[in-house]
Amino acid sequence: MCAQTARAEDVMDLIKEEQGEMLSGAEILLRCLINEGVDHIFGYPGGAVLPIYDSLYSSAINHILMRHEQGAIHAADGYARATGKPGVVIVTSGPGATNLVTGIATAQMDSIPLVCITGNVATTAIGTDAFQEADITGITMPITKHNYLVRDAKNLPRIIKEAFHIASTGRPGPVLIDIPKDVSSSKVPFQMEERLSLRGYNPTLKPHPLQVERLVKAVAEAERPVILAGGGVVSGGADRELIRFAEEARIPVTTTLMGLGGFPGNHPLCMGMPGMHGTYAANQALLECDLLIGVGARFDDRVTMGRIDKFATKAKIVHIDIDPAEIGKTLETYIPLVGDVKQVLSVVNEKVKPARSEQWLQQIEAWKEERPLTYDKHPDTLMPQWVIELLYESTSGDAIVTTDVGQHQMWVAQYFSFAEPRSCISSGGLGTMGFGFPAALGAQLAHPERTVISVNGDGGFQMNAQELAVAAINNIPVKVAIINNLCLGMVRQWQEIFYENRYSHIDLSGSPDFVKLAEAYGVRGFRATNEKEAKQVWQEALAHPGPAVVDFIVREEENVYPMVPAGKGLDEMIMGDESE
Amino acid sequence: MKHVLSILVNDEPGVLARVAGLFSRRNFNIDSICVGETETPGVSRMVIVTSEDSQTMEQVKKQLHKLIDVIKVQELSEHAMVARELMLVKVEVSPSARSEVNGILEPFRASVVDVSPNALIVQATGDRDKLDALVELLHPYGIKEISRTGLTAMTRGMVKVPS
Repeated sequence: MCAQTARAEDVMDLIKEEQGEMLSGAEILLRCLINEGVDHIFGYPGGAVLPIYDSLYSSAINHILMRHEQGAIHAADGYARATGKPGVVIVTSGPGATNLVTGIATAQMDSIPLVCITGNVATTAIGTDAFQEADITGITMPITKHNYLVRDAKNLPRIIKEAFHIASTGRPGPVLIDIPKDVSSSKVPFQMEERLSLRGYNPTLKPHPLQVERLVKAVAEAERPVILAGGGVVSGGADRELIRFAEEARIPVTTTLMGLGGFPGNHPLCMGMPGMHGTYAANQALLECDLLIGVGARFDDRVTMGRIDKFATKAKIVHIDIDPAEIGKTLETYIPLVGDVKQVLSVVNEKVKPARSEQWLQQIEAWKEERPLTYDKHPDTLMPQWVIELLYESTSGDAIVTTDVGQHQMWVAQYFSFAEPRSCISSGGLGTMGFGFPAALGAQLAHPERTVISVNGDGGFQMNAQELAVAAINNIPVKVAIINNLCLGMVRQWQEIFYENRYSHIDLSGSPDFVKLAEAYGVRGFRATNEKEAKQVWQEALAHPGPAVVDFIVREEENVYPMVPAGKGLDEMIMGDESE
Repeated sequence: MKHVLSILVNDEPGVLARVAGLFSRRNFNIDSICVGETETPGVSRMVIVTSEDSQTMEQVKKQLHKLIDVIKVQELSEHAMVARELMLVKVEVSPSARSEVNGILEPFRASVVDVSPNALIVQATGDRDKLDALVELLHPYGIKEISRTGLTAMTRGMVKVPS
C-alpha cells in the first residue's frame, strides 16, 4: 500500500518553486498530473517506464498496482465513470501498451474520459523493431479521441494540459500519450503550461435560440412525445434538468443502458430501457410516438435494431447532443440542437410548456400494466432475475453496480432500478467481457463510502479474475456476485433461438471453484444454490468489511426477455411466453 | 458526384494518416489526396476529392471536424473554384512521330520535359477533364506510364468560404 508522502497543497507550492529548474521528463509528468488534480493512477511497470516509476516511488499520487494492463485500464475507466474525472493509467511499451487496446476502444465507444500514458523505446530506436516496441500511436489512432508521441520533454507540460482538456471536455474520450524512455529521463528546464491553444478544437456548449424555440413549440403541440435519454445526460451532469424537463413538459422517459440512473428508474414517468432487450412499454412508446426527443443518446443499433425504416416512423426527431457529428448520422433530424445537455435543458426549461399528453401518459401506464417484466420461477432453482432483485432489495437500490457483459448485464438493466447517475457502470458500446470486476475496483476507490457490487457472468469474471489480488492487498471491499450458469449465456440464448439449439462451444465446464479461487487470493468466498442460501450468504458478504465473492449457481436454460431479434423492428418483440 | 474538400490541418507528424484513417474506417471513399504547406507556418492544406452523395458529405465534414488536428473544412465544389492537377505521361513516340505529338500538346499547353530515342515524357496541368482528354488523345501512341498528383484547389476571388 502506498502512503501519501506529502499533502497536495505542499506539492503545489513546490511545483511553483520549481519553475525553471532542470527536471527529468518523468518528474515533469508527475508534477503535471498533480496539477491536473489526479489522485489515483492505475498501472503496471516495465522497462520503458522505469524513469516514471522511479519518480512515482516518492510521489503524493496514489498508484494502484494492478495485475494485468487490461485490468488497469478498466479500473481507470470505472473510476472515471464513477466520478466524471479522467481516469489515468500508466503502462510500459510493447505488450504493455497493446494490452490497453481493448480498454481504450471500450472507453471510446462509451465516451469516457481517460488519459493513458504508455512508455516507448528511446526515440533513436523507434521504427527499428526494438525490444518491446509497438507503434501504439498508430495502433490507437482510430480508437482514441486524440493521441500524442512526445519527442521532446519540453513539450510535456503543454501535451499533458491538452490531453486532460481534450479527454474531459466536449464529448469525452480516451487520450493516449506515448513517452519514449529517453524523453522521460532527459532533463529540461521545467515550465508549467498556463495557456491552452487548440486551434482545431472548440466544442459548442450553448444552444441555438432558434432551435430552442422550435423545440418548445414542437413539445406544446405534441400528443405522444417521448424522451430517449442516454449516456450524455450522465456525463453532462444533467439529471436534475432532465427531471424538470420531463415533469414540466409531461413527457415519459426511456433510458438507454448508458443512460440508466440519468433519470430515476422508479419515477412515474420512467418507462425503463428501450431496444433489443427493452421493456414492452418503452418499445411500444417508440413505435407510436409523434415526437421523439433524443437527449445525449446516439440512436445506437441496440435501440433502433439497425432498422431505420421501422424506427419511430410516426415521429419527428429532435436530437440534443454535444457532438454535432451524431446529429443526422443515423436518423433524419427535424430539430438539431447542438450543445452541452445541461445548458440546453436549462434554457429549454425556462420556456417549456406542457405537451398535450394526458391520454398518452395513460396509454403508457396501460402498456406497463399489460406487460411488465416477468420471469417464471422453478422450484429449488436460483433464478438469475431473482438474484438481481435480491441485490436491489438488500441495498435499497443505493449501490454502485458494475456489470460485465451478457445475459446478467441485461437482467441488471431490467431488474435493478437506478435512482442516481453514475451508479450503473457497464460496457455498453463495445460490450467488453472482463470489464466489470476491475471497473468495480476503480469505482470503489473513487467512492470508499458506497457499497459497490460487481455483477458478473462466470465467463466474463474469469477474464480478469487475477485482479482479486488487488482487492485483497488493498482491502477494496467490492462485493462480487457471479451469476453462474456454467456457460456463455447470451451466446447460448442466440444459438437456441436462431441456430436451432446448435450449442457451439458455449460450455464453460472446467471453470474454477470460484469460492476456492477467491480464498486462494485471500478473499472471502460464498456459494448459494437456492433462495434461502442466497439471502443468507449475501447478507454475510455485505456485512463483511472486505472484498467478497458470492457464486450464485443459477438455472442454465434461462433467456432474457423481451427480445427483439437482430434485423427486426421493435414491433417484432419476442416476449418469451409465445408457446402459451 | 465529385466533391472537393479543402482541409486546413496542423502540420504535425501523422496528420495525413489521421485523415486518411478517418475516411477508411468510416467507409468514405477518397478519389485523390494532395497535401502541402500553406501561407501560414505550421498549417498544411489537404485537398481531397471524394465521390459520396450529399447526405454522406455532411457526415464527412462533421467527422473531419472531430479530429483535433483539423482546423477548418471547406467544401470548395459548392463555390466557384480553381482546381488544378499536374500530370506526367510517358508515351512511346518514335522520332518521326515527335512533331505530330507536339501538335496534340500545343492546344493543351502541355510540354515535353524528357526526350529519349523512343519515348517522351509529357507534362500537363489543368482540371481533371482536360487531363483526361489529353490522355485519351495520347493513347494511340502507346502510354507507358502515367503519374498524377491529384487535385489541389482554392476558391475564386476574395470570397470568404464559411466552414
